[in-house]
Amino acid sequence: MSHTLLVEDVKKAYREPDGELLPILDVPRLALEAGEQVVIRGRSGGGKTTLLNVIAGLATPDSGRIVVDTTDLTRLPEAARDRFRARHIGFVFQTFNLLAGFTALENVLLGMTFTGQRHDSSRATDLLGRVGLGHRLTHKPAALSVGEQQRVAVARALVNRPALLLADEPTANIDPAHQQQVIDLIRDVCRAEDVAMLLVTHSDDVSGQFDRVEQLDELNRVIAKVH
Amino acid sequence: MPFWKIAWRNMEQRGLASALTAFSMALGVAVMIAVMVIYSVAVKQFEQNAQGYHLIVGGKGGALQLVLSTVYHIGQPLYPIPYSYYERFLPGGEFASVTETAIPQCLGDSYQAPDESVFRVVATTPEMFEKIHYGSNPDGTPKSYEFEPGGRNFKTANFFEGVIGSVVAARSGLKVGDTFQPSHGLAGGSDLHHEVKIVGILKPTGTADDRALFMNIEGFYLLPGHALSPQEEETDASKQETPAEKKAREDKEEAEEHAQEAELDKQLAAGTAKPLPIAQREVTSILVLCNSPLGPQYLDFKINKGKGRIAQAVAPTREVAVLLNSIVGPIRVVLLVLTVLVVIVAGISILVSIYNSMTERSHDIAVMRALGASRGAVMAIVLVESILLSVGGGLIGMMLGHGVLALASPYVVERTGISLSAFEFDWQELVIIPGLLILASLVGFLPALSAYRTDVAKSLSGSR
Repeated sequence: MSHTLLVEDVKKAYREPDGELLPILDVPRLALEAGEQVVIRGRSGGGKTTLLNVIAGLATPDSGRIVVDTTDLTRLPEAARDRFRARHIGFVFQTFNLLAGFTALENVLLGMTFTGQRHDSSRATDLLGRVGLGHRLTHKPAALSVGEQQRVAVARALVNRPALLLADEPTANIDPAHQQQVIDLIRDVCRAEDVAMLLVTHSDDVSGQFDRVEQLDELNRVIAKVH
Repeated sequence: MPFWKIAWRNMEQRGLASALTAFSMALGVAVMIAVMVIYSVAVKQFEQNAQGYHLIVGGKGGALQLVLSTVYHIGQPLYPIPYSYYERFLPGGEFASVTETAIPQCLGDSYQAPDESVFRVVATTPEMFEKIHYGSNPDGTPKSYEFEPGGRNFKTANFFEGVIGSVVAARSGLKVGDTFQPSHGLAGGSDLHHEVKIVGILKPTGTADDRALFMNIEGFYLLPGHALSPQEEETDASKQETPAEKKAREDKEEAEEHAQEAELDKQLAAGTAKPLPIAQREVTSILVLCNSPLGPQYLDFKINKGKGRIAQAVAPTREVAVLLNSIVGPIRVVLLVLTVLVVIVAGISILVSIYNSMTERSHDIAVMRALGASRGAVMAIVLVESILLSVGGGLIGMMLGHGVLALASPYVVERTGISLSAFEFDWQELVIIPGLLILASLVGFLPALSAYRTDVAKSLSGSR
């Protein structure tokens, strides 16, 4: 059976200033089916962000396989990995990471820029309309509320119809009143577009809404050793 | 979204720094344009001035001095040669067979305009404006001298008629029907001669003739101090004078000149003035237009190589080329080197500006990398930004340079007779844009490399 995401025997360690290797990840297996929505929970510094970076191809694992839609990212050269990420993986960051000098529409279009393919810019406009920002296309991030900024970030992550969406604590910087709106938005759009989602959160309220919640401490052998 | 638009947004983010660096580039390029265009226009004007005749024949001395004083009305004229030498070019003369036209000129007088500007007075024949051309039209046909409406060329029979150049007319306010008084010597202002009636104003030629006054050579010869006097020559050459003797002689000469002027006025009023005898005439230079391609070589050989020669024949175009290559050209090179240095400094300011911003924009670069931008893509975006600043600044500089030339044009025309146009282009300007592209790539490389090396995970983990 093919998975949208398959993480197998992935290990990652960082070299500390004194030359010692500090193991961060040792994940024997993690798999997501198409359209599946999974939450990962874990303590701070436990390697959640590193796991997302490794899955996205922003960092390379020391060993193991990362397979997204039948493509083994660990076998791709960096440039091909970048292009693959642009086309098949969406990323929603904790701090939104919108580019301040770009309008809402341009921030979303930026997500289409690096795919190496011709793109339909009306998709960006449509998506912003779907997240309720059709009237804010030309506003720059500073002119948008925090909730609106995160909605732009969601639209940007999904604009290329990725197979997999990675969300790194997307509600951490949002007031409780708007947290649920953002979660609903991400989940609804992923459902509508049949996008598998891996969401990292600390929030019990958020994780409680998902059918499948993985504890990184259980996934990651390194954590067990540290503890 | 195209890379240039991403780069443009980055520049907008740092609007003031971007504008200042682009402006510094614009200034450097504007100065470069000004040097290039002014040089090329000046060269064109110099070469145009020196066209229309093959040779200038004048007294022995510096060839360049002869050309500068005759063609450009600059510097001290050489000592004159006998009028009989000029007659060798006239029908029946030694050089008549190769001569189509020979125009005599006498130099040495000047005119001071009310604004203190001093212009040369050139005594010549009317043929100067009838048989000699200056420069050439775009279609290759020679340009003829023309007069402003209401004016005409002076006539040989009217001894004290003259015409003036367009710059002189503009600066002095003189018009047709007015008179001017030439001053003896080149300094203007004093020792004024008989009045010369202006019968024509030359249309602008873009040559040094715009800055000169021309009078009938027959009238010039009748003015005091312009006739050859054997006794004077002996006195000047052989006698050692005491100060008292010198003063007495000068007083006597002045009295004689006044008497001569008075006598001349009387003769002119009575209509009995006669041309100066040939034996008492001299000419400063002769403009010679040959009737065959071999004519200039023949005259060069006969005049410059002959034994006991008293004159020299100079090809003005050759002397101008020597002048441009040996003096003006190197100055231009020095100026261009300086402007290139200015442009390089502007380029370095772009490097510093972008490089200093790399820390603050490492986060944006990391976001783009997370969105799938390759290292090469973020490097290219920074390079495009460098190119936009350099080439954009350069294009603004080109417009600025031409704009300044257009603004300066009226002043330059009035002062020098050289007409500058905003649309004067030097082919070397075409080198500027590729040059700026190379410069932009070089100065953009360091910050681009910094973008290339951005640690995505580390930059993204930094809070914002």
